[in-house]
Amino acid sequence: MTELKKQSRNAQSFPDRIFKALTFVSALIIIVIMAGLFLQLAIHSLPTMGKFGLGFFYSKEWNPVTEQFGALSSIYGTLITTVIAVVIAVPLSFVIALFLVELAHPVLQRIVSQALDLLAAIPSIIFGMWGLFVFAPFMQDHVQPFLGKHLAFLPFFKGTPMGIGMLTAGLILALMILPFISAVMRDVFAMVPPVVKESAYGIGSTTTEVTFNVTMRYGMQGVIGAVFLGLGRAIGETMAVTFVIGNGYTVSASLFDPANTIASTLASQFSEAVSQPVFRSTLMELGLVLFLVTFLIQVAAQMWLNRVRLSSGGGL
Amino acid sequence: MKKRTVHLRKTLDRSVKIISVLSAFLGIFFLAWILLEVCLRGISSMNLSFFTQISLDGEKGGIANALVGTLLITLSAVALGVPAGLLGGVFLSEYGRNGRIGNLVRFCANVMMGMPSIIIGLFVYSIIVSLTGTFSGFAGAVSLAIIMLPVVLRTTEDMLSLVPNALREAAMALGTPRWKVTLQIIFRAAKTGLITGVLLATARVSGETAPLLFTSLNSYYWPVEPWWHVWNFFTSPTANLTVTINDYAMSPYKGLNGIAWGASLLITAAVLALNIVARILFREVKK
Repeated sequence: MTELKKQSRNAQSFPDRIFKALTFVSALIIIVIMAGLFLQLAIHSLPTMGKFGLGFFYSKEWNPVTEQFGALSSIYGTLITTVIAVVIAVPLSFVIALFLVELAHPVLQRIVSQALDLLAAIPSIIFGMWGLFVFAPFMQDHVQPFLGKHLAFLPFFKGTPMGIGMLTAGLILALMILPFISAVMRDVFAMVPPVVKESAYGIGSTTTEVTFNVTMRYGMQGVIGAVFLGLGRAIGETMAVTFVIGNGYTVSASLFDPANTIASTLASQFSEAVSQPVFRSTLMELGLVLFLVTFLIQVAAQMWLNRVRLSSGGGL
Repeated sequence: MKKRTVHLRKTLDRSVKIISVLSAFLGIFFLAWILLEVCLRGISSMNLSFFTQISLDGEKGGIANALVGTLLITLSAVALGVPAGLLGGVFLSEYGRNGRIGNLVRFCANVMMGMPSIIIGLFVYSIIVSLTGTFSGFAGAVSLAIIMLPVVLRTTEDMLSLVPNALREAAMALGTPRWKVTLQIIFRAAKTGLITGVLLATARVSGETAPLLFTSLNSYYWPVEPWWHVWNFFTSPTANLTVTINDYAMSPYKGLNGIAWGASLLITAAVLALNIVARILFREVKK
């Protein structure tokens, strides 16, 4: 056996071995980068970890002058905008996938799919420009006064409508993650074997019933994977949010108030932080938090989608 | 199971269908709204000086230097990221299909594809900018290359896996060395698919802003001036379109806001064009 292995190794010519080594090294780069990413962020955030400890995560303080930093407002803003985005985008993506797979004529299906793909391709900063100059004024003039008038009894819709703030950021995030979630859901729905659906139609189910009771249950793992994928995108989205969230460092129940997310703080504060070691290390620690959260979400998403992939034998 | 009347079930079905059609068109409506605003506002600020002048503080100026800078940064990113991605993809599809290392690489690539680009920017800042002591176009190119890498890697693997094994076996049976089989036969068979992957990855990074804030920054001058001072690309901040949009959008000057819209139109058009070309090519692959 060992003799045979040795022979086959000798049979590989020199250029062949070089080529294989080259591809091997190239493939390893991605592992090195990911490990390096974690290590660099961890090392650079050590000063802040030592200074603020765990209190960093529940302190509302944010004062670059006295160098007192707490991550609570960033974490809160990230959480709220992401929740708004997911709560709006997931049901919409679900019914869009339903439309694409069950209802639309093949031609229409192709057109709508491609339009959604293009929406996914638009760069984040363009959403930011549109959000700041077009959508925020629209929110200020029409949507926010309406909400403030009719739903004023809720704590979420209080305060002056300024256009910018958590609600606007959440809505734009929803629009940005919508095409990603609906594309994965569409693929998951399309993978459900026709026989399963047809038997449900055969006993007289309506399209809605087939979708919710058969297709969705069959593809549940894929649907969950799609939601995680969207969640991961929403949490790390930077430029569009930075443009419209208003960069306020308070924790407020009103969705009209300016706030900040981890990513928007990194983008908007960095130029100031470069010259202040503590400030810079704070941003590195925020980056580390974002890295770890995204990592866990991605692992969860991959896990669910891999299960679908295995049970259906490829595709997706 | 709950009992429902046929009438109720049909009404429910019809309303879900209506909601679903409306939602699909809501998505398209927003796409159209965004594209329309970008086109209208972008075109009105385009004129000759927009394309020929360099950026200036104040009301007037153009984006010529940022345009050159973006091209330089993006092309350097392609030059750095694509070869590594292609070779890594070869490893996954030809040597490490089911191996432990192959699976680890695949997993890392999948996670990195979902990593926020701003984190990559922070990383490149900490390894290149803080070590060399200066923001530079090169650092920007490295960060974009890191974003491209997993995308190229995974599409390369997928496209090479589509090539039938019989082709590999036939070539190897003739005594062709493995590297030649891969580069001259498998690559040729998968050519269109590989180009699609590279185009999509390029489209994805050419609109990136967040990582460039930490690496290339922005500048009011030409990226390299005079043109043979190539080292400027490695030693000084480099102007680019997306950070220019970011800076000018926040400016109180209406003229600079207009230039930001013009740059937005350029970026959007480039990104969408790359995407559309990639999709047309990919349709041929499927056939």
